[in-house]
Amino acid sequence: MIKVQDLRKSFKVAKRKAGVAAAVASLFRREYEEIHALKGVSFTVTPGEIVGYIGPNGAGKSTTIKTMCGILTPDSGECVINGFVPWRERQRYVRNIGVVFGQRMQLWWDVPVIDSFELLREIYRVDCREFKNTLTLLIDSLNIASLLNTPLRQLSLGQRMRCELAASLLHSPDVLFLDEPTIGLDAVSKIAVRDFITMINRERQVTVVLTTHDMNDVEALTDRIILIGKGEILYDGGLTNLRSRYTLNKTMTLDYDTTQSVQPDVHGVSWLEWTAGRAVAEIDVRKTQVSKVIAQLSECLEIRDITVDSMPVEQIIVKLYEEHRI
Amino acid sequence: MSLDMNLNTIANRNPGKLGAWRAVFRLRLICCIQYRIPALAGVVTQLFWGIVSLLLYQAFYESCPTAAPMTFSELVNYIWVQQAFFALINIWCMEPELSGQIISGDIAYELCRPQNIFALWFSKMLASRLAATLLRALPVIGVALLLPAPYGMTFHGDGWTMLLFIVALSLAALLNTAIIMLAMALMFFAPTPAVFSAVAIVGDFLSGLIVPLPLLPDALQRIAYILPFRYGADLPFRIFTGNIAGCDAISGIGLQLLWLVLLVSAGKKVYQIALRKMVLQGG
Amino acid sequence: MLLYRYFLINLKSQLQYRAAFLAVLAVQMIVPFTYIASPYFLIERFSNLGGWNLAEVMLCFGIINGAFALSELLARGFDMFSRQVVSGSFDRLLVRPRAIELQVLGSTFEFSRIGKMVLPFIMLGWAVWIQPQLWQPLKLCTIALMLFSGVAIFSGIYVLQATLCFWTIQGLEVANIFTNGGQMTAQYPLNIYKKWLRLFFTFIIPFGCVNYLPLGYLLAKPRFESPLYALTPLAGFLFLVPCVMIWRFGVGKYLSTGS
Repeated sequence: MIKVQDLRKSFKVAKRKAGVAAAVASLFRREYEEIHALKGVSFTVTPGEIVGYIGPNGAGKSTTIKTMCGILTPDSGECVINGFVPWRERQRYVRNIGVVFGQRMQLWWDVPVIDSFELLREIYRVDCREFKNTLTLLIDSLNIASLLNTPLRQLSLGQRMRCELAASLLHSPDVLFLDEPTIGLDAVSKIAVRDFITMINRERQVTVVLTTHDMNDVEALTDRIILIGKGEILYDGGLTNLRSRYTLNKTMTLDYDTTQSVQPDVHGVSWLEWTAGRAVAEIDVRKTQVSKVIAQLSECLEIRDITVDSMPVEQIIVKLYEEHRI
Repeated sequence: MSLDMNLNTIANRNPGKLGAWRAVFRLRLICCIQYRIPALAGVVTQLFWGIVSLLLYQAFYESCPTAAPMTFSELVNYIWVQQAFFALINIWCMEPELSGQIISGDIAYELCRPQNIFALWFSKMLASRLAATLLRALPVIGVALLLPAPYGMTFHGDGWTMLLFIVALSLAALLNTAIIMLAMALMFFAPTPAVFSAVAIVGDFLSGLIVPLPLLPDALQRIAYILPFRYGADLPFRIFTGNIAGCDAISGIGLQLLWLVLLVSAGKKVYQIALRKMVLQGG
Repeated sequence: MLLYRYFLINLKSQLQYRAAFLAVLAVQMIVPFTYIASPYFLIERFSNLGGWNLAEVMLCFGIINGAFALSELLARGFDMFSRQVVSGSFDRLLVRPRAIELQVLGSTFEFSRIGKMVLPFIMLGWAVWIQPQLWQPLKLCTIALMLFSGVAIFSGIYVLQATLCFWTIQGLEVANIFTNGGQMTAQYPLNIYKKWLRLFFTFIIPFGCVNYLPLGYLLAKPRFESPLYALTPLAGFLFLVPCVMIWRFGVGKYLSTGS
């Protein structure tokens, strides 16, 4: 159970200007700017849930994650995870969380992966038998058996990330924080990582909080997203819900036989493009249904091919940001 | 990293040698000023080092005053000049970017650039050493002049001595850069920073940075005088203190020049050969 | 146990590049020759240093430089701590259920510093060998105690230097005054210096407790006959207490601002 209530945090940042004169001036006096990273953030996550925590860079994403990990003490507000206030009882609290920072690995660069795992076993004081069981499960589901005796530096990025995921779960945490776990990965590795997260969530009821810039990650893993911008929660709810709120129009692309040259007039359809053999239209789903439109069109056109797309999630989010002027 | 990238682009944009050099120097200076605390830390460190050394030598001098080959006031000046211009005369501050390129072999890619690699890095290094010295020398000298006797810095010479000192110090700055360039070239043949460190340690000793050369046993002094290192440090210090004057000073500067010409041409040659070899081997 | 694991993994990691490791080890073996140059050549020239002869100074030299190298080996994690703050890997340590100090300590052991211990330990052995008055169990124990106490003092300074990183990562070289500067100053008996410097290095940073105070007892210098002087090195371990307290304060500051 994660409960975050009215979290606030601001930082002081020194200003810097260009040029020799400004550099000399800064020898004596510096100006500071106050930045409000979190302006009252609240949400709850139920055990066993996967949540996508989304936002542009500088929105307050990593500040929230750091606070939830116990690395940062907020100015005010509450946060209770597994019955702990992260920053108050950090050392006991972190025993039951796993953290993956996609951009910085925790495994040792020059030694075989298994040695890093052994060190982590010691750090988390995991009992040998339990460790063996967990490791076997992780090795199987991540398919890393052949990588264990190789130094990290000789592995590909995707292989490293798989080992990194295993490392963060060796002590069987209840909550897993994933900070951009798929950053820089190729398509195959991305899918492997997603599949694994789904598996670990289903099999072991691990609660997952995930930040990412790749909306495909979120779509593949969960329906629940929390959208943050400028330190405030902009949206908290289902992805499908969000989509139905914003994708009132669908785009239809049509290839047809050129004999017909008159635009057919169909209710709820506005033509964006009409050239010989190809047409693009927007369908307003409040006025009509896609199937109805296709049926009507096929009566007057010789249709060769048809595709219907809804607005991609990325665009929905961009739209949402625009609405909130971010 | 980003600063050095800037330096590269600027150096490439200004093909005029002086323009490029000025840009490099200006950037390094801004960079150094921005990092005000390191500059201050450098000054404090040099002052501390100077004072502790003097207290130590004082204890030695008091133990057996007759055994000293140079007077204590000469020694005091020797130490302060050394501390003030430390950034200019030490030979273990190298360019990590260049050494990284040499060790990884990436320097071969630099060959597609129009300018001479030796000259480019020589001026880059000289610029950063000058910038670092500019910020540190004046405060150190200022404090050293204010210190009470016998620890305070004094200058007894005339304008002529000062002129000789400035000439010798400038040549020393160039000579040390040339020595570092050569020592770094060793990494072409044995790709580890350890070879550079080994030369730097021996060089520092033989240039009088660890123990002032006149205090060393005669046999070691003789060795030090044959090698180029002392012309990068010991000679200008002793011209300043008046320990070396007149004809000796002028002939010393002559030898300095000779070494400079020798080492710079050797350096150019070595970089040329090493790079050619590298290209032939395919990087 | 955890420290032992850290020890092994560091060793394994550094031995991955055997040639480079050996090269650095070799250079580290040369470094102390620059430290020994002053005491050796200057005592040769001036015949003594404020009443201390070569063997006596070498006893001091061996202990301080041995302790310095050993502390560089052990406390390297604190010495290089700014890197961890810059790269963000310090955050990683905070999400682990172990004492931060332990994890920082274990993050790096610099085994190449073994090379730097060679000359000091040879000189220490030589100094003990030619001074038979040192061949007593209590005196030998005092020498060992001085060595470890010295390691504690240098390590304490590295902890303070690391603490500074929570405020600024620039200008950390100021700490060199106390580490390299401490080594350079305290490799001679501190009472050859002027009083203020001796007092600073006795009561602020307690190098005196591994230097002239126990040395006076070991070498039976006048006014130092009391065997209590043999216990002064214990103060070096006490020095770690305020250092770790200040460090913890720094960690608290980091947690509240995130730097």
